[in-house]
Amino acid sequence: MESGCSKKLLDLIPQEKKWGFIENQNGISHGSSEEKKLELKLGPPGEEDEPLVSFGYFSSMKSNAKQAHNKFPPAQEDHRGGAVLTASWAKNHHHQPKPPNCSQKRTAPGPVVGWPPIRSFRKNLATTSKLASESPPSLPHKVAIERKPAAPETRGKGLFVKINMDGFPIGRKVDLKSYDSYEKLSTAVDELFRGLLAAQRDPSADGPKQEEEKVITGVLDGNGEYTLVYEDNEGDRMLVGDVPWHMFVSAVKRLRVLKSSELSVINLGSSKKGKMVQN
Amino acid sequence: MNMNYFPDEVVEHVFDFITSHKDRNSVSLVCKSWYKIERYSRQRVFIGNCYSITPQRLIARFPGLKSLTLKGKPHFADFNLVPHDWGGFVYPWIKALAKSRIGLEELRLKRMVVSDDSLELLSKSFPNFKSLVLVSCEGFTTDGVAAIAANCRFLRELDLQENEVEDHRGHWLSCFPESCTSLVSLNFACLKGEINLASLERLVARSPNLKSLRLNRVVPLDTLQKLLMRAPQLVDLGIGSYVDDPSSEVFSKLKAVIQLCNSIRSLSGFLEVAPCCMSAIYPICENLTFLNLSYAPGLQGNDLTKLVQHCRKLQRLWILDCIGDKGLGVVASTCKELQELRVFPSDPFDAENAAVTEEGLVLISAGCPKLNSLLYFCHQMTNAALITVAKNCTNFIRFRLCILDPVKADPVTNQPLDEGFGAIVRSNKSLKRLSLSGLLTDQVFLYIGMYAKKLEMLSIAFAGDSNKGMLYVLNGCKKLRKLEIRDCPFGDVALLQDMGKYETMRSLWMSSCEVTLGACKTLAKKMPSLNVEIINESEKLESEQLELSFDDRLLVDKMYLYRTLVGDRKDAPEYVWLL
Repeated sequence: MESGCSKKLLDLIPQEKKWGFIENQNGISHGSSEEKKLELKLGPPGEEDEPLVSFGYFSSMKSNAKQAHNKFPPAQEDHRGGAVLTASWAKNHHHQPKPPNCSQKRTAPGPVVGWPPIRSFRKNLATTSKLASESPPSLPHKVAIERKPAAPETRGKGLFVKINMDGFPIGRKVDLKSYDSYEKLSTAVDELFRGLLAAQRDPSADGPKQEEEKVITGVLDGNGEYTLVYEDNEGDRMLVGDVPWHMFVSAVKRLRVLKSSELSVINLGSSKKGKMVQN
Repeated sequence: MNMNYFPDEVVEHVFDFITSHKDRNSVSLVCKSWYKIERYSRQRVFIGNCYSITPQRLIARFPGLKSLTLKGKPHFADFNLVPHDWGGFVYPWIKALAKSRIGLEELRLKRMVVSDDSLELLSKSFPNFKSLVLVSCEGFTTDGVAAIAANCRFLRELDLQENEVEDHRGHWLSCFPESCTSLVSLNFACLKGEINLASLERLVARSPNLKSLRLNRVVPLDTLQKLLMRAPQLVDLGIGSYVDDPSSEVFSKLKAVIQLCNSIRSLSGFLEVAPCCMSAIYPICENLTFLNLSYAPGLQGNDLTKLVQHCRKLQRLWILDCIGDKGLGVVASTCKELQELRVFPSDPFDAENAAVTEEGLVLISAGCPKLNSLLYFCHQMTNAALITVAKNCTNFIRFRLCILDPVKADPVTNQPLDEGFGAIVRSNKSLKRLSLSGLLTDQVFLYIGMYAKKLEMLSIAFAGDSNKGMLYVLNGCKKLRKLEIRDCPFGDVALLQDMGKYETMRSLWMSSCEVTLGACKTLAKKMPSLNVEIINESEKLESEQLELSFDDRLLVDKMYLYRTLVGDRKDAPEYVWLL
């Protein structure tokens, strides 16, 4: 039915293995039948024994643990096969599942809003502390203090920051360590959201229509329809591109893709150096 | 002799000894006479949901009100699941109280939106105002804080915990007048901006009753040393920046003055820290009952372990998971008085670096017989470990386990964690609060419904197989007050089975479940004493889309319902649909 369109949408959700939501080495064998189970499908529930929309190991885990268990009591209405909607996603409620709201729960396929359940300021603690120790405090007796890097094994891993686009309640995540320049980041932004933009414009589209997708350009120079901004470690909103790349990476907390036309109303802060006030 | 023959003042005097909110509420229900006496003598009121009652009705019933506690947004707002302007505005409350003759002295707010205007109005309307406690609030700037400092002549307590405050880097602290000498508690650790250090020193110097002081990260070590010189009587200290060269003169002075601070029982902060300076703290560790190092990622596992070894009287410990399982073993063998443990993730998104696992928890359960409250973020958990913990600990009041991968099974057996959690609820009969995670089926809810008879708050995510799960809980947990569910396959059948149940609860949150708009409408219609709210966050709704989206078969994204005496609220934003 509308599976093509929704499949396209789902394809955009990356299998971000770094999250650890995907399987670990539990000694579960993944034969080709497992791979079949990992395919994305849509349709009314109860058609097969296996869960329909499976993003990761969970479905195979379940099938190993409980062979005969049918997750879909027939009592519910049959539209329930994965169609979770808000109006912005579709005009017709039979379209487009929105993971992880699919009936096959708990496959948690990647970055999940509000998980783990800790407050925002705790999420940024590790990075904030690293930055704080690196900026020189202005004490008279200051001598360079030896700081061991926190748990060396964690350094050198990805630096994932959220990126939200105007008009989409669901954000994405990018690993800044996998880019080494603003250009690459800009390209990534285009790749992440181009499809979503197109889907929003033409939600009844039946399949990927490459020629109708508008490339997102000009996010760095103010010329495009969208502009890339970020929030830094001091909570200020800044235009992306002013400082050297490595400095940006160490300060950025999250990214936003805003409509260029709305930039003037956004309070862009200036970066403030130095925290100590002497009288 | 019948109490009704006593004059009112005598009954009232008896009621003075009844302090808990629950008991006072019960007392007021006995008879009309007691209701009347109780309401005139009531000074402290707790309102768990600010939308369950209006300020006008509160004022009408309790004219003697002195202390008000209000809570606003649902708990999941802490994790960004609730939009910022959803509601919970305190301004109407302050405005109504200000207009009345209530002599407000204390205001405690949690998860509310507090504007600078509110704070200013508050500061100018109540001449005896003494205590402001804001927890997880937002919407104000340091200008609002300045108004409180400037205008509340008898202020004793200004306690800002984990609020989002826009820092205008003004001189709010300098706004405390020289005549203000009444401070007992000052906590500004959550503020990010500079303050005038000299003002702070003078303020502390003229506050002989100061018992609790929590600094923010811009207060450097040399200022800390000066402050402690002025206030060696402190009982609760939150350190801002703790960075210096251990060979410096300032550091020696600090070491000396810390030795004098033998009243300190509670220590927190270390927002910036040089581990080599921690040795100065050891002398006060002996006396500590509360240690919170959860904001101090600068301390490594070794630093934490060394510190904890000195803390033999610790009752509450909040720490980061870099302490590791071994470090928790040290806690277990040192802190025999431990009642509450919270282990936070230092790097929540790094799943490959298992800092603490089930082993640490088992060690704690074995070593700390008084443990009754747990919040534990870990990378994995096993049924065997939970069963062991359940054998070792039968006093849990709060048990919150968060496995960072929310659907992770027992890594040893590949089974769901139903049995483990089942054991916990079976052996901890006083359990009031429970948070689940990991791979879980309907079975765990069967156990919860069967055994968790005192359970008041339950948080569920990515769990269960069917409506039965939710129904087990709703049917079995008679004392349930707050239920919050996300990403579970619970739908209309569960929601509508026992609608009267929700009148016995404060609230129900369901997001990313399988509840339809139609079911919510049904519930709202049949239960006028409930407010059923749908949060639909796509702000740029076109009107055509709106029409189509009123299809009853639409699955709702976020539903929040709560009992209320006063019907729909009038301050909901556009995207919140009140059914």
